Amino acid sequence: MNSDSIVGKSVPRKEGRDKVTGRSQYVDDMVLPNMLFGATVRSQIARGRVRKITFSPGIPWDEFVIVSAKDIRGKNCIALIGDDQPCLAKEFINHPEEPILLLAHPDQHLLPQAIAAVSIEYDPLPAVFTIEESERRSEIVWGEDNVFKTYLIEKGDVDAIWEKADYVVEGEYTTGAQEQLYIENNGMIAAFDAANGITVWGSLQCPYYIHKALMSLCDLPAEKVRVVQMETGGAFGGKEEYPSMIAGHAALLAIKSGRPVKIIYDRMEDMAATTKRHPSRTRHRTAVSKNGKILGGEIDFTIDGGAYLTLSPVVLSRGAIHAGGPYYWPSVRIRAKAVATNAPPHGAFRGFGAPQSLFAMERQMDRIAQQVGLSPVEIRRRNFLQPGQTTTTEQVVREPINLGTLLDRALEVSDYQRKRHRFTNENQAGTKRKGIGIAAFLHGAGFTGSGERYLSSVVGVEGCADGSARVLVSSTEFGQGTKTVLSQIAAEALGLPYETVSVAQSDTLEVPNSGPTVASRTAMVVGKLVQSAASGIKQTLISSGLLREPYSVDEFRTACQRYLATHGEFRCWSRYEAPSDIFWDDEEYRGEAYAAFGWAVYIAEVAVDLTTYSVSVDDFVAVQEVGKVLHPLLARGQIIGGIAQAIGFSLYEKVIWQNGRMHNSQMTNYIMPTSSDLPPIRVFFEELGNVHGAYGAKGLGELPMDGPAPAIVNAVEDALRVHFDSIPLLPEDIMDGLNEDRLTRNKVAASSRERGVGSPGSAR
Amino acid sequence: MTDSCASRARSEISFVINGVRKTVHAYPMERLLDVLRQQLHLTGTKEGCGEGECGSCSVLMDGILVNSCLVPLLQAQGASIVTIEGLAAGETLHILQEAFLECGGAQCGICTPGMILAALHILNEKREPTMEEIREGLSGNLCRCTGYSQIVEAVAEAARRRATA
Repeated sequence: MNSDSIVGKSVPRKEGRDKVTGRSQYVDDMVLPNMLFGATVRSQIARGRVRKITFSPGIPWDEFVIVSAKDIRGKNCIALIGDDQPCLAKEFINHPEEPILLLAHPDQHLLPQAIAAVSIEYDPLPAVFTIEESERRSEIVWGEDNVFKTYLIEKGDVDAIWEKADYVVEGEYTTGAQEQLYIENNGMIAAFDAANGITVWGSLQCPYYIHKALMSLCDLPAEKVRVVQMETGGAFGGKEEYPSMIAGHAALLAIKSGRPVKIIYDRMEDMAATTKRHPSRTRHRTAVSKNGKILGGEIDFTIDGGAYLTLSPVVLSRGAIHAGGPYYWPSVRIRAKAVATNAPPHGAFRGFGAPQSLFAMERQMDRIAQQVGLSPVEIRRRNFLQPGQTTTTEQVVREPINLGTLLDRALEVSDYQRKRHRFTNENQAGTKRKGIGIAAFLHGAGFTGSGERYLSSVVGVEGCADGSARVLVSSTEFGQGTKTVLSQIAAEALGLPYETVSVAQSDTLEVPNSGPTVASRTAMVVGKLVQSAASGIKQTLISSGLLREPYSVDEFRTACQRYLATHGEFRCWSRYEAPSDIFWDDEEYRGEAYAAFGWAVYIAEVAVDLTTYSVSVDDFVAVQEVGKVLHPLLARGQIIGGIAQAIGFSLYEKVIWQNGRMHNSQMTNYIMPTSSDLPPIRVFFEELGNVHGAYGAKGLGELPMDGPAPAIVNAVEDALRVHFDSIPLLPEDIMDGLNEDRLTRNKVAASSRERGVGSPGSAR
Repeated sequence: MTDSCASRARSEISFVINGVRKTVHAYPMERLLDVLRQQLHLTGTKEGCGEGECGSCSVLMDGILVNSCLVPLLQAQGASIVTIEGLAAGETLHILQEAFLECGGAQCGICTPGMILAALHILNEKREPTMEEIREGLSGNLCRCTGYSQIVEAVAEAARRRATA
């Protein structure tokens, strides 16, 4: 790449101008003639049977369009991995807020009253609400054993290592549900006519997931289903699978009424009814040598999937594969399990299982360090994965990664050693305790294992008569910069200015299926296909004698015009092909889990106020290696944004559950960080060179979600010398932890006095 | 509010919006947000929570930053209101809009209009706002994408440009 490279430059965001002027069209900004407004009647109970539905008087019911499960002409399910989740519950209810009926009316203000006037009588059944209750199986709420999915990852002979271990370190770690909290609530508009079939416009990540779900639900062929993405106001995984449900609802109302129908959730409905990050529990038992080397271990990783299968097997898989962190395990046994409860299904959220299992791993590393008597720095350094070694799935690390270098850089820019020393001294007095914590981690880019091969994504690039090029992908923009980065890649490959390339609106009528916009795969996997399709345009013009390198914009335009005059259409396609050296065994869960990993070391500095027990993050250093940084400004924005969400995950965001229902489904009482709560976040990229993605790029979107929680909790422990193994870590948890610690120490002191020995402190 | 559910009558309510006098025929207790979006088709003002927490619906009313989801229309009688649509002069962007573009202040864009109005309020109140004052001034507006750093930098950059203009 030369100095004229477009890749690597912070070019203007493609849709930026529309966003800063308020011109961008989000789904709620769209109005169709004769449109109705739709709303959803949901279950009030967690589990049971619908006995009777009554439409109370006082509402002009004859003006309403009412849809129930009986109106579904296709299959009553949201087709995804399994087909267990109904689009509308017919008889059995499996979670609070489960959709039962749909209403539509021209006046949106009538809908809340109408919903309130539908009274449903139930025969309730006992329900389960936690991982532990589900495991007890006193009630079977899903399948035969409440288990959605299990995985077993085995490497080496774990059973033989325990007797060789100098230390066996055990820990149990839990993480809570987290709401994605995109600022734009979910919404869809559907329109139907017999000739064209169903069209939906909406706030969404994955047009072809919805396409598949609507074909099955409405019993329509592929060409009679069209999905169009509107500008989407944040998603973070929260608009990966649930939009299929809302699209289904809008479609059913549109089909029955013959009119366009708009469904826009309000904040409470969005928070209470749609997916969240899976709550998790991870148990570690690690065998360690006296010089701090991990010999092997057992990791039990369990997630709460909620009431239906949805994406839980895939979340579980990623969590399990990341559970060993960026460390070398000579032997390991990872048992992973997703269980059913009677909560609304948990789903995709940035990181997708990895933030949960990596929180546990990085807390466990600090615990190991304490037991062995090494520093948090040294314990990590001694166990980092090196090129040539294998991961827990026995994937050989082929990337030229040097985690030690990342660690050194993070230590240096955070001034770790000096601060740690200073805090230890200063923490003797005053009402604040300061601490500093580390997390080292990795995040696999792209679909797991054979996922990309199954997806078999297709991308197109079109040469236009005006000399511009259009990228045709179903990959969606929802803030990450998809349109900008894919345009950069295409422009670079075509040797054209950035301004001459655009990305088509994600409309299934026009764009091929380039796969879902998830899993940090867009820049790396889709970007590579865009690069190849764009090169195809260029090569076609050159090989047909219409263009010769080097060429100007004008020459490219003339060549396109000539090509179009002869052929009528000028599009090049590129389909994903798995590299031949990638091997993955779905049965044994072994092999190349990811084509590439992002690697990172994060350091958090915190202060704990001993009067209010609140934690403030005072400094945050994020060092990562993500291959070639395609757009420095966007990349930095992704990292900072991810860290902010992860600070919320660690210290603020607590879902209060009441019988499977989110009790605090408002921004007033579910607290995310504001601009006043966050420190300046310092972001550093190391580019070690990588060959996988477009121009050497790897995925980076999810990586920053993984590390902050353990770094912060490690820092809190450094400040207070008390273990905390659950997040979110709220002030009341810190107060409880300190009180418990005081009680324990008092008890130890008392029993020591009884035995006639000194306290542990005086004995040393 | 609808014919079927509202016993109150519609009223004529007049205000100045982005420098233009408008009279709407609406219910006095309607949310200013709905009138802006549905009657005046100024859809740049967004709804995020409907309870004054997220600030996506921020507009300036007589120079004060308000959540338009919490303002009953009758309070707008005679007021001068500025929405995101009132900032650019034709195709020439306001310095805040330019700075948001250049500094990465907009990602998904849904909080951006409200955030820019909050930023404008800071610039109107402070000649040279400190980073601390900017963070404080934006703290009523939630953004889930950016982690705020690049928004804060954009506001600081706009303040710098204004000072040197």
